[in-house]
Amino acid sequence: MKKLIGRIKGLKKTTKVDFATYLGVILAFVLFTVLRDRGLLNRSITGMLVPICAYIVMAVSLNLTVGILGELSLGHAGFMSVGAFSGVIAAQSLQAAVPSAPARLAIAILVGAVFAAVAGTIVGVPVLRLRGDYLAIVTLAFGEIIKELITCLLVAWDSRGLHMAFNLNGSLTINDIGMEPGGMAIIKGAQGATGTETIASFTAGFILIMITLVIVLNLVRSRAGRAIMALRDNRIAAESVGINVTKYKMMAFVTSAALAGAAGALYGLNYSNLTASKFSFDTSILVLVYVVLGGLGNMWGSIIAAAVLYFLPEALREFKDYRMLVYAVVLILVMLATNDSRIKALAGRILPKRKGAKDNG
Amino acid sequence: MKKKSLAAMLMAGAMCLSLLASCASDPGSTGSPAPSQAPSQGTQESQPAGEPSQGSEPSATGASGTFKLGGIGPLTGENAIYGKAAMNGAQIAVDEINAMGGDVKLEFDPQDDVGDPETALNAYNNLLDDGMQVLVGTVTTGPAITVSAQARQDRVFAMTPSASSTDVTAGKDNMFQVCFTDPNQGITSADYIAENLPDAKVAIIYRNDDAYSQGIRDTFVAEYTGKGKEVVNEGTFTKDTQTDFSVQLTAAKNAGADLIFLPIYYQPASVILAQAKAMNYAPTFFGVDGMDGILTMEGFDTSLAEGVMLMTPFNAWGTDELTKSFVTKYEDTYGETPNQFAADGYDAVYAIYTALNAAGCTGDMSAAEICEALVAVMPTIGVDGLTGTGMTWSSNGEVAKAPVVVTIQGGIYVTQ
Amino acid sequence: MEFLSYLISGISLGSVYAIIALGYTMVYGIAKMLNFAHGDVIMVGGYISFCATSYLELPAWLSLLLAMAVCTALGVVIEGLAYKPLRQATSLAVLITAIGVSYFLQNAALLIWGASPKGFAPIIPATNAQEEPNALQLFGGQVSISYISLLTMGACIVIMLALTFFTGQTKLGKAMRACSEDKGAAQLMGINVNRTISVTFAIGSALAAMAGVLLCSFTTSLMPTTGSMPGIKAFTAAVFGGIGSIPGAFLGGILLGIIESLAKAYISTQLANAILFAVLIIVLLVRPSGLLGKYVPEKV
Repeated sequence: MKKLIGRIKGLKKTTKVDFATYLGVILAFVLFTVLRDRGLLNRSITGMLVPICAYIVMAVSLNLTVGILGELSLGHAGFMSVGAFSGVIAAQSLQAAVPSAPARLAIAILVGAVFAAVAGTIVGVPVLRLRGDYLAIVTLAFGEIIKELITCLLVAWDSRGLHMAFNLNGSLTINDIGMEPGGMAIIKGAQGATGTETIASFTAGFILIMITLVIVLNLVRSRAGRAIMALRDNRIAAESVGINVTKYKMMAFVTSAALAGAAGALYGLNYSNLTASKFSFDTSILVLVYVVLGGLGNMWGSIIAAAVLYFLPEALREFKDYRMLVYAVVLILVMLATNDSRIKALAGRILPKRKGAKDNG
Repeated sequence: MKKKSLAAMLMAGAMCLSLLASCASDPGSTGSPAPSQAPSQGTQESQPAGEPSQGSEPSATGASGTFKLGGIGPLTGENAIYGKAAMNGAQIAVDEINAMGGDVKLEFDPQDDVGDPETALNAYNNLLDDGMQVLVGTVTTGPAITVSAQARQDRVFAMTPSASSTDVTAGKDNMFQVCFTDPNQGITSADYIAENLPDAKVAIIYRNDDAYSQGIRDTFVAEYTGKGKEVVNEGTFTKDTQTDFSVQLTAAKNAGADLIFLPIYYQPASVILAQAKAMNYAPTFFGVDGMDGILTMEGFDTSLAEGVMLMTPFNAWGTDELTKSFVTKYEDTYGETPNQFAADGYDAVYAIYTALNAAGCTGDMSAAEICEALVAVMPTIGVDGLTGTGMTWSSNGEVAKAPVVVTIQGGIYVTQ
Repeated sequence: MEFLSYLISGISLGSVYAIIALGYTMVYGIAKMLNFAHGDVIMVGGYISFCATSYLELPAWLSLLLAMAVCTALGVVIEGLAYKPLRQATSLAVLITAIGVSYFLQNAALLIWGASPKGFAPIIPATNAQEEPNALQLFGGQVSISYISLLTMGACIVIMLALTFFTGQTKLGKAMRACSEDKGAAQLMGINVNRTISVTFAIGSALAAMAGVLLCSFTTSLMPTTGSMPGIKAFTAAVFGGIGSIPGAFLGGILLGIIESLAKAYISTQLANAILFAVLIIVLLVRPSGLLGKYVPEKV
């Protein structure tokens, strides 16, 4: 035991923080599972567990782009959208072939991640040449384009396989794409994915968070991660010591997109109806808020911020009509407080002790 | 797990079937003929709560006790107008029923979903935590599909005032609608135009990222072209481009259209009317129930809407006692003229109230028990409401009531 | 002829975007912050003007002035309460605060004015007393330009010229440019940086109010969310033209309107926005700083 403590003490500080993050997520999962199974959790919280998991993965993956790579992305929801819809198509199509729901969910998440990674590559190659606000606006534009494209998409499944049509001039309907009678409509244009079987589960969400953390934290602490952060801090200096800008930027950006796609698939399979308009600019901004409030580059911060801020509007339901107004005020006040030099000084005096305690536990 | 996926397959199958069925069947002739003994709500102050309902449960003895009704709709965000109206209308009905002093007391808790399925599900769970027994909602389609799927699993009875897609009720035995379904509206409009305006050259402007608008357009075009007629031009817009319609109007004008079918809500419709006027283009505009509300839009120049035809279930200028009393109460409480969403919300509560009575539910029953009881009696009851007299429901959740086409003349609706 | 009328409706739409983008780019250029609440200040301007004309029955021009006055005050208050304390913070922190302000304004408007859309009477009515359209008829009535569009275009050009003159020639304008270049150095030269930025916000908000009235005259309706999409489009326009550049914002806005209108007319009404954003991406790939933006090479 002593040896173990000694070894933990001997670890690098970042490693300790990482382990504490994993441990915290596992403890939270165990706690919530036990509470839920004993019936101590009300429906409201039980119902929020899966979306919270999805948003945590979104926040951690966006933190990779914004915090580690240092590029502002306003279209992260676009990748989530790609993952959600491709995941839903995969899961619905495989209903007969893969009867086990968890297996189907795993496949759907994987498919979502792959498609989002492809989208990330397509967007990333040209776009990462841009910088700052110009990159931000292009990612925003990308999110809006995805939204409109999916609104025009018609997908159905029958015994002959998958049918797809692109409703360019608005005259097609789901009945026009040659589906056999008895086939299943998966995506119906404006109505989005309807009648999806909701197979997402909290356990799957937890596993996805763990996988995300393993990928992101290992990437950040690796040689590649140091190269990415070097690019963030000073691109020219990094280039001059031989770091391949495009390669490392793409590595971070595509990983981030793939994880967002996985989160999207989890999210999409939690609701029986899903429309493209859900993944708008507002959703991208929402996730960005989690990242900024949690702290740039700080993964456990993102996790806590996502969980707390997702819960906040629900907790404010007693304010009725004033709910979103109160939410806005809280948001502004938190930003002001976290950037106030006096509060920062105060926190600086208290925090190190607490952090140390957390790391050792 | 296997069972679950089987159920889902069945559900999906049933959905497709019912979709086909609802497309094929003639509206108005669905469902069984209306049973007599429709408890007319406007004059039921003296109606004994235990009035027996016709149908399968003669033993029912009227409801008693306090029931917790939950409501879900967008109370904030861009769709707030619909959610607020529906919830306000429902609140008036609840207050009326409580004021009657009968054995039944209702508690009503409206919750916000911002028009988003995710938030709607959170609101739904929240309401169940608070002991909700029956749901009035949700108001918009996307959230309704999501919440009704969950409510089916949980066995919670739900009545949506205004979510009109067939996907809302398809495969869910415990979900009922007060409003017309989208296919129903599309088909009825097409029939009406083909019959009464046979020489019209029809163009359509609709919102293609909105399930409601797209749904009506699809069935309208299918029905209208099925009659050997032609739609000369179609223009679309999305939420993000609903500020400028000059391009769509120019295209319709160049195609020679003299009737524009507008299966959209009244806010973009008001913009279309104004821009058409500015272009000196004056076709006949034909709207559906979403157009209702245009005349009471504050600051809207009602002369722009002169001659607009629309199919609406509710006429705020109606002269019957029920409408008059409702409109007066609504104006006194909320300071504006009610639209069809408010009327739908009002009718939803009365439909639930009638069904509770018919099934003889008591306030101490669980949500699931009430659900089974109400599902059993829904096809047997009839309600005279603001949005239709003698409304009846088929067991698949769709309402049967007569649509009314009105023309706007001098700032009010004139029935054809 | 058809093409011409589509082009004209594109230019009228574009001039609305341009007028919003001018305010956006002004605030961005000087304060170096993306003010996502700009669109909502526009919405407030629209509501103030609506209230002034329909409740107080003031004439249109007076309602415009009132809206400008209220929005100027609002802009200064927002800046003082929400943005000023964050002068030293990261730009992302300011961005999130701006989003908070945007939520706040939208929800406050929802509580004050309700969820129902309001019909907005254009400051120049669509038709005159003889029921003829208030529009300039060209080619024997085949093409018409409404007076409200002409007014918007005119206002747009005047504002652009005035802003160019103001930032280029006046003392305050020069102070603004100095702040934009280097806040620290400007401070050392005796410029009151805080006050200069406040003035920038005041001007930006006054422009937003004007844009709000013109936008609502164009769309004839008003809701608490009226400002959000035009806000994003105007932001896009500002970037398109090169953010921070005043003529760039004007050019970006007009081009955006034309692209949107022509895409709707000749390609697909469904994908108008997607096409618009795709063009934006392509332009930015060719000219990474926008059409008229300054390219600042990185130095070691």
